[in-house]
Amino acid sequence: MTIDTNINLERWPFRRLSLEETSKLVAKLKASGVTQAWAGSFDGLLHRDIAAVNQRLADACRQFADLLRPFGTVNPVLPDWHEDLRRCHEVHKMPGLRLHPNFHGYTLDDPRFAELLSLATDRGLIVQLALAMEDERTQHALHRVPHVDPKPLAGVVAKLPKLRLVLLNAFRSLSLLQCGEVAKAGQVWFDIAMLESVAGVTKLIEKVSPERVLFGSHSPLFYFESAELKLVESGLPEAVLQQIRIGNAMKLLAVSSD
Amino acid sequence: MLQYRVWDLHCHLLGIVGRTPEEKMANLLEIADRHGIERLCLFFSRTWSKTPTPEELKADNDFIMQAMSHWANRTHGFCYVSGEHVDFSLSEMDRCIQNGPMVGIKLWVAKRANERDLDAIIRKASELKAVIFQHTWFKQDGTQYPGESTPLDLVELAKRHPQTHFICGHAGGQWEMGIRAIRAFKNISIELAGSDPTAGFTEMAVRELGHERIIYGSDSAGRSFASQLAKVYGADISEEAKRMIFSENLRRLIEQPLKLKKTR
Ligand SMILES: [Zn+2]
Repeated sequence: MTIDTNINLERWPFRRLSLEETSKLVAKLKASGVTQAWAGSFDGLLHRDIAAVNQRLADACRQFADLLRPFGTVNPVLPDWHEDLRRCHEVHKMPGLRLHPNFHGYTLDDPRFAELLSLATDRGLIVQLALAMEDERTQHALHRVPHVDPKPLAGVVAKLPKLRLVLLNAFRSLSLLQCGEVAKAGQVWFDIAMLESVAGVTKLIEKVSPERVLFGSHSPLFYFESAELKLVESGLPEAVLQQIRIGNAMKLLAVSSD
Repeated sequence: MLQYRVWDLHCHLLGIVGRTPEEKMANLLEIADRHGIERLCLFFSRTWSKTPTPEELKADNDFIMQAMSHWANRTHGFCYVSGEHVDFSLSEMDRCIQNGPMVGIKLWVAKRANERDLDAIIRKASELKAVIFQHTWFKQDGTQYPGESTPLDLVELAKRHPQTHFICGHAGGQWEMGIRAIRAFKNISIELAGSDPTAGFTEMAVRELGHERIIYGSDSAGRSFASQLAKVYGADISEEAKRMIFSENLRRLIEQPLKLKKTR
């Protein structure tokens, strides 16, 4: 049993993916022992009709309600983004949001980001913040998206003690040491999809504690097996692996639905 | 997951805990054992200097041979050489390959692969039937080092040595470009190591190159074994292809210098 906190539906803009059809992705995840998957939408990266993106995401998650949970996109650079936030929460009943500051063109010290976090917290939504989607060295020549600069993060988090923030794909811009600092500043979790180095999961929990690490595959852009094998490689006791696989994510969800 | 015999083409001991090369080796093997990886090939492990001096090359090769010494049946060493120090590199190849335990050479980013300085090194490697590994990347973010090769640089070198086999390290990072760059040159294989486990990589490589020109490697300890193994375990390719990529293709290359050592 596993909760995969980092998957995306719809189309990655730069490559066709063999699991981009939701039904195929769902079949693969189920076959791999995933019992719940937190889904964002690749369409949310570049589309401006975010309302339609979130509607499709909600529909797809309803179709595969036994597995998928929608994490809607909000882009605070777009006019009337407050309405997208309202719909995610009130209309689609989503458990959380997924933000892409680098694709949407704002920094973490932008007052709109602070406002969005604060409003999401008031609504009890989990916020997933994707710091990167792919290696900066392999991006399309005409579409280079720098990783999110995480410097303001600890300060932002410290001001919102009730915020529950999940950092996705964090490790190309945050060192493990910096992860530790951000984790100390507030309620922050980390997924393992882009975690590298030999036995990296073991090193990460030393810095942020075993309670703050979540299973995430970044599927279908990444081969799902990568995250799975990282747990094997960690050599951690089964109880800790269970926390990472499912326990921590369950607790996070339970608080948000209170 | 089905078990395969896995040989890892690409490991460094940099970043591994341990006071001595032997301790670092033991620690890396312990983690490799969690995946059932049979053998590890070792690349330079002391310094990240982009333009190593002869002293640094020698120290690194000594370090690797020391690390290997207790695990001769599970490790293979690659001699660190540089196109900036050709004569010294040739003598290192005598010391570490001809008269030592190593089976290949590693060329990193000191000099681009298309430079003529490399020809003498390649001729020597060819005589010793040593496995030739050239690091390559196509970097989109402007961080290409001055001496860092792209797969296209390696193609120029491989064209000058059509009877010699080359391994295109990292498949150029941007694998859709790297695979295309070397596709027409049958004396070049790619390795899968050292990039994110982006889905479709291995499938495209098998489709365009055939599974006999693809070799698994991790680039540990900077990378995890996990993310790199996933490129093969997770790929929609035949069992036969997985077997070849995980160990058979590399075994065939490594057997050649080993045979030569025995008959000497
Ligand atoms: Zn390497």
